[in-house]
Amino acid sequence: MTTRISTPPLAVTQGLFRGLWRPVLVSSVLFMLLTGLAYPALTTLVANLLFPFQAQGSLLERDGQVVGSVLIGQAFSRPEYFQARPSVTQSVDPNDASKTVTTPYNAGLSGASNLGPTSQRLLDAVKERAEAYRALNGLDPQAAVPVDAVTASASGLDPHISVANALIQARRVAPLRHLPEDALLTLVRASTETRTFGLLGEPRVNVLQLNLALDALATPHQPPVVTE
Amino acid sequence: MLTVLLEFALVLVLMTGLAVLMGRWLSRVFSHPGHALPERLTYRLLGVDPRETMGWARYGSALLLSNGAMMLFGYLLLRLQGSLPINPLGLAAQTPDLAFNTAASFITNTNWQAYSGETSLSNFSQMAVITFLMFVGATSGVVAAAGFIRGLSRSSATDIGNYWVDFTRILYRVMLPLCFVMALVYVWQGMPQTFASQALATTLEGARQQLIVGAVASFESIKHIGTNGGGFFSMNAAHPFENPTPLTNILHIFSMLLIPSALTYAFGSLLARRRQGWVFFGTFLVMFIGFLAVVYFAEQGGNPLLTQLGVDQLLSATQSGGNMEGKELRFGIADTSLFIATTTGATTGSVNAMHDSLMPMGGFVPMAQMMLNCVFGGDGVGFINLIQYALLTVFLVGMMIGRTPEFLGKRIEAREMKLVMLSVLAHPICILGFTALAALWPGTLDSLNNVGPHGFSEVLYAYTSGTANNGSAFAGLNANTPFFNTTLGFAMLLGRFFTLLPMLAVAGSLAFKKTTPAGAGTIPTATPLFMFLVVFVVLVVGGLTFLPALALGPVVEQLQLLSGQTYK
Repeated sequence: MTTRISTPPLAVTQGLFRGLWRPVLVSSVLFMLLTGLAYPALTTLVANLLFPFQAQGSLLERDGQVVGSVLIGQAFSRPEYFQARPSVTQSVDPNDASKTVTTPYNAGLSGASNLGPTSQRLLDAVKERAEAYRALNGLDPQAAVPVDAVTASASGLDPHISVANALIQARRVAPLRHLPEDALLTLVRASTETRTFGLLGEPRVNVLQLNLALDALATPHQPPVVTE
Repeated sequence: MLTVLLEFALVLVLMTGLAVLMGRWLSRVFSHPGHALPERLTYRLLGVDPRETMGWARYGSALLLSNGAMMLFGYLLLRLQGSLPINPLGLAAQTPDLAFNTAASFITNTNWQAYSGETSLSNFSQMAVITFLMFVGATSGVVAAAGFIRGLSRSSATDIGNYWVDFTRILYRVMLPLCFVMALVYVWQGMPQTFASQALATTLEGARQQLIVGAVASFESIKHIGTNGGGFFSMNAAHPFENPTPLTNILHIFSMLLIPSALTYAFGSLLARRRQGWVFFGTFLVMFIGFLAVVYFAEQGGNPLLTQLGVDQLLSATQSGGNMEGKELRFGIADTSLFIATTTGATTGSVNAMHDSLMPMGGFVPMAQMMLNCVFGGDGVGFINLIQYALLTVFLVGMMIGRTPEFLGKRIEAREMKLVMLSVLAHPICILGFTALAALWPGTLDSLNNVGPHGFSEVLYAYTSGTANNGSAFAGLNANTPFFNTTLGFAMLLGRFFTLLPMLAVAGSLAFKKTTPAGAGTIPTATPLFMFLVVFVVLVVGGLTFLPALALGPVVEQLQLLSGQTYK
């Protein structure tokens, strides 16, 4: 059918839908099989041959036990560990299945506050977090706190904190671990990831890796005694 | 600051280089005479003759019908999720209104998500429904652009190409190979790619952590190359598994801009009007840079209400500072701003930060870009939208100087202008009409996460995002209600097809006309002057329509922020 017809282009020519039904139906199934199954399957196969560690989620092990993923943050509440950024991920309330409760770093369901800049709920939360951060780190009640330490990340699973935040926490962690402050500051600097190609991203510290290094440096394998 | 400027400059330069490479490849794909073996097999299976030539109406019908069939197929698979394989977590099927919304969203290249990927979709659905619809939705957009460009390039012709040939070629020669290679790069950078659904860990403090994994890398590559934008995870490209490093972040950005920017070059090549192609590229770029600057400064400035609480938001050697609520530390402000300008410019809709928590003027940028809908724009449709504004520009300029408007050697007459106006008007009518309806709907208040002007912005953003086929959200809005699922589903379908089909008709109509050489009264369209005229028309016609609505949302919010007004 290569003959040129000379009807005006806006007119609906006869046989507009002629012969379209078969390709319409066959293409739906064919392209689903190709792009929805064959393509991901082939990618999975090749990816697991080339990069098995990453393909399975970059899981970190210690003493044969999976302790997390290098890419996913986790909650730290003990003062002898470096603390991650605030997280507002939710999970189902164990007491009432119709409700959710804030469970920081729930990697089963990423989440953010989605509060706007004029939200009083956001301001109240930041105020509370800033006071807690100052108290925990023995800072002056008026001291400025790094913004990442008091704001919730987008994923709720941010694995990083800023260098400024890590340096403040190092002064708290050092005596609790019976380590000189210099050793901790050196550890933070050694754990700092720099900008890719000197341009992309921001300098940052991976909290899980830093805490693993810390455990390796001082009293590993048993939780250190919490001193009040 | 210098690092930031250098980074922005580097991205723009590399993006321009990639546009040329990809543009050359696209123009070859659009015009190559031969058919490769897998393509010939596909044509035989589909039962189509690759030599058939189609007028715009038949080409458009094939697009509409096959998109309809694929959407229905996706809908059925979502409804049957509970009985389908690769669902070890035993996730239930989506409700009818949610499944309609999801299928409409992904076939229209919108990728609005009223669900959370982790808890709503099995690994099978993520691949066989979502990845599939992302491929075919994006490919359909590029196919439409191929037919559209071919229409503009022809003279006294009744056809604009063969839909099945264009679709098969773009899928086999562009989308699949690019996505496969990019997916492997993504896995190398840390994205999971596995058929497993979860990994369990015991944290250093002894808590149990469930890590959701899956075929993430193969999902992410088409998500960005196809300017789709839907997330595997609820928090989309902010999730470390979807965007593990600053390198993947920048690769996402290049992927999103790749095809929209390359189409301007392909257009210039195919019409042998290279300068014209660059003028359109420049039009995109000027608007992009302007919006990028606004969002960067708004976010880097931080939130003055937090400063009052003793929060340090200043940029220094040890922190990126700025408004970090809803942002990831590895990206900081600069890479987040670049992503925001790209994702709503190229109407992808993936997010690496929560737009709901942006500063008022920061949130203004994504909304404004989606309202204009042609700051690069989505795969295929962005270019088509720009031509729509270019036609409007020659028409307005022609009226001012009393000449018959001409574009690319064709006379622009009443029929073309009526179709252009249908397409120009469908966009604001859909956005503003549905927003007005939602503002009156009694249940809307229950869906809001913020109140006051920010709450209004949540609703306005939702319909803008749906109509512009973007898919990003002020995600605090709970849009998984029958009202929002249904109205947003229709907004997405209307926004897509009431732009695509009238503009395909314009292409068909222009293909039929004779090309005449430029005369003394012809307005040259391949000049910087014309570029700024188009930008002006886009901002005036596209922008002013929405100004009253924007004034009620982000503008009022900015003024209230400065005076310290807060909302519960």
